[in-house]
Amino acid sequence: MSPAARTARYVAKRLLLSVPTLLLAALFVFVLIRLLPGDPAQVMLGEGADPDAVAALHRQMGLDRPAPMQFVTWLGSALHGDLGTSVATGQPVLPLLLQRFQVTASIVLSAVAIATLLAVAGGLLAAWRHGRVLDRAIVAAATISMAVPSFWLGLMLLLAFGVKLRWLPVVGYVPLHENLGAGLAYLVLPVATLAIVESGVLTRMMRASALDVQRLEFVTHARAKGASELAVMVRHVLPNAFAPTLTLAGLTLGHLLGGAAVIETVFTLPGLGRLVVESILARDYPVVQGCLLFTALIYVLVNLAIDLCYPLLDPRVTVVG
Amino acid sequence: MRRASVPAVVGGLLLGLLVAAVLISLVWTPVDPLAIDLAAPLAPPSARHWLGSDEFGRDVLSRAMVGARISVGIALSTVACSLAAGTVVGVAAGFLRGPVDRLAMTVNDALLAFPGMLLALGVIAVFGAGATRIVFALALAYLPSVVRVVRGAVLSIREREYVEASRVMGNSEAYSMIRHVAPNASPQIAVLATSMFGWVLLAESALSFLGVGVPAPAPTWGNMLASARPYLDTAAWLGVAPGVCIAATLLGVNLVSDALRDRFDPREDR
Repeated sequence: MSPAARTARYVAKRLLLSVPTLLLAALFVFVLIRLLPGDPAQVMLGEGADPDAVAALHRQMGLDRPAPMQFVTWLGSALHGDLGTSVATGQPVLPLLLQRFQVTASIVLSAVAIATLLAVAGGLLAAWRHGRVLDRAIVAAATISMAVPSFWLGLMLLLAFGVKLRWLPVVGYVPLHENLGAGLAYLVLPVATLAIVESGVLTRMMRASALDVQRLEFVTHARAKGASELAVMVRHVLPNAFAPTLTLAGLTLGHLLGGAAVIETVFTLPGLGRLVVESILARDYPVVQGCLLFTALIYVLVNLAIDLCYPLLDPRVTVVG
Repeated sequence: MRRASVPAVVGGLLLGLLVAAVLISLVWTPVDPLAIDLAAPLAPPSARHWLGSDEFGRDVLSRAMVGARISVGIALSTVACSLAAGTVVGVAAGFLRGPVDRLAMTVNDALLAFPGMLLALGVIAVFGAGATRIVFALALAYLPSVVRVVRGAVLSIREREYVEASRVMGNSEAYSMIRHVAPNASPQIAVLATSMFGWVLLAESALSFLGVGVPAPAPTWGNMLASARPYLDTAAWLGVAPGVCIAATLLGVNLVSDALRDRFDPREDR
């Protein structure tokens, strides 16, 4: 079998294996909303709502039918991209999700990429100078960055660069495709905040695996051969030590894509996380459901993508079809 | 016994400070943390208000102390609930294997597909905010990680000879699990508990910051920070105190949990 066919089979198999996970996740989301005390339609529309409107929403949500039927119908429409309509705005949920997701994705992807680059550089440097001042300084910085809450760092950066120095805008958002310059200005602080906060744990992971790999014989061999220190670290240590950091970066990515609510709140960005919180506060449950389901799907897909990266990094790892 | 390292000592001191603040807040705070003084809103740090006062003239230091109590209480209860439930499921799944393990792992993987924070938000969406509900929401959110770690530890423990011996002696599966397997997984569980305390504290602060945590007027570090937001350009001290409290606590927790990990896993020299 050609490598391409093998990879295709592996992807198909992995996707198939994630079906039960996603089904259970969907069931969980479905049951969660049914746990609402009282009639969900009444809860969503509020106490003083028009009884006719409540009855209509009740029917629209299919609440008059048995629960398993409701689940199947709900899941069926979800598979067709119909996640219902927002109770608050009447907008269909899926386009709303996708629109908000673009904002979250642009921030999170850039932040995790920057954090990973920082981690690789910092981790390799620290491992190279193991036990020296530079190593201690990098470990200390990483440990401190792990302790700083993102929302506090964000607020402090906003206070310093937005309010005091006035270098960057404080409130608002401009989509990148409308105005690249202005759009980037709004993204600098959120991306910097997330990158700093996430780089700590990644740096420590990179350092720990680089230290393990450094002890191996092929590294000594490369040094004995007369390879420069830079070449030893970048050509020999990095490729063999990167996998755990990549896994962790992938997990971080998967989590942040659905859970950047805090950073989006600090910087008033119209992202997915903000949408979840707003919908919870507005009791807009179709949107909450849609967000939860969408996030679970993204998480599974990101994990799959990361697994597919391993063979690219290390030829010894092959995709088993 | 090895001499304690500098980071471990710093971590211990930071946590000691936290415990002291919590204990003192039980009997004494400089000012009533809920006392509103509209004559002196947003007062800078002074002899009366050491860390200044907030927009309602409430004392920031007193609120930070009581906030510590609430945040630490929630974090401890969450860790306890999550560990108790997670250990039962993890030990049973890892020790019994077979259908129990498969079922537990499938459910676990499905829960792991939600970011912890989002899972907690979903639970709060349905059941509402409030201290007990937050404990429930966060305990559920972190449960899958506990199950995973405990099960991993148990998988290696169940192959050891003393477990085999216990079986051969005719002890029941339940007895072997409680008497031999669970106690031997306790180092891993202790390390996990320490890190988890930090994660939960951060998550609770984040929830409070988002406005879905412990409702006002009770102070938590997260909601103090959230309500300080509009005033930060004129009253920066409002943002400093809660942030430093969270960061110092997390730093203490991380340093202590590193030290614990080194103690139980001497292979890695960090």
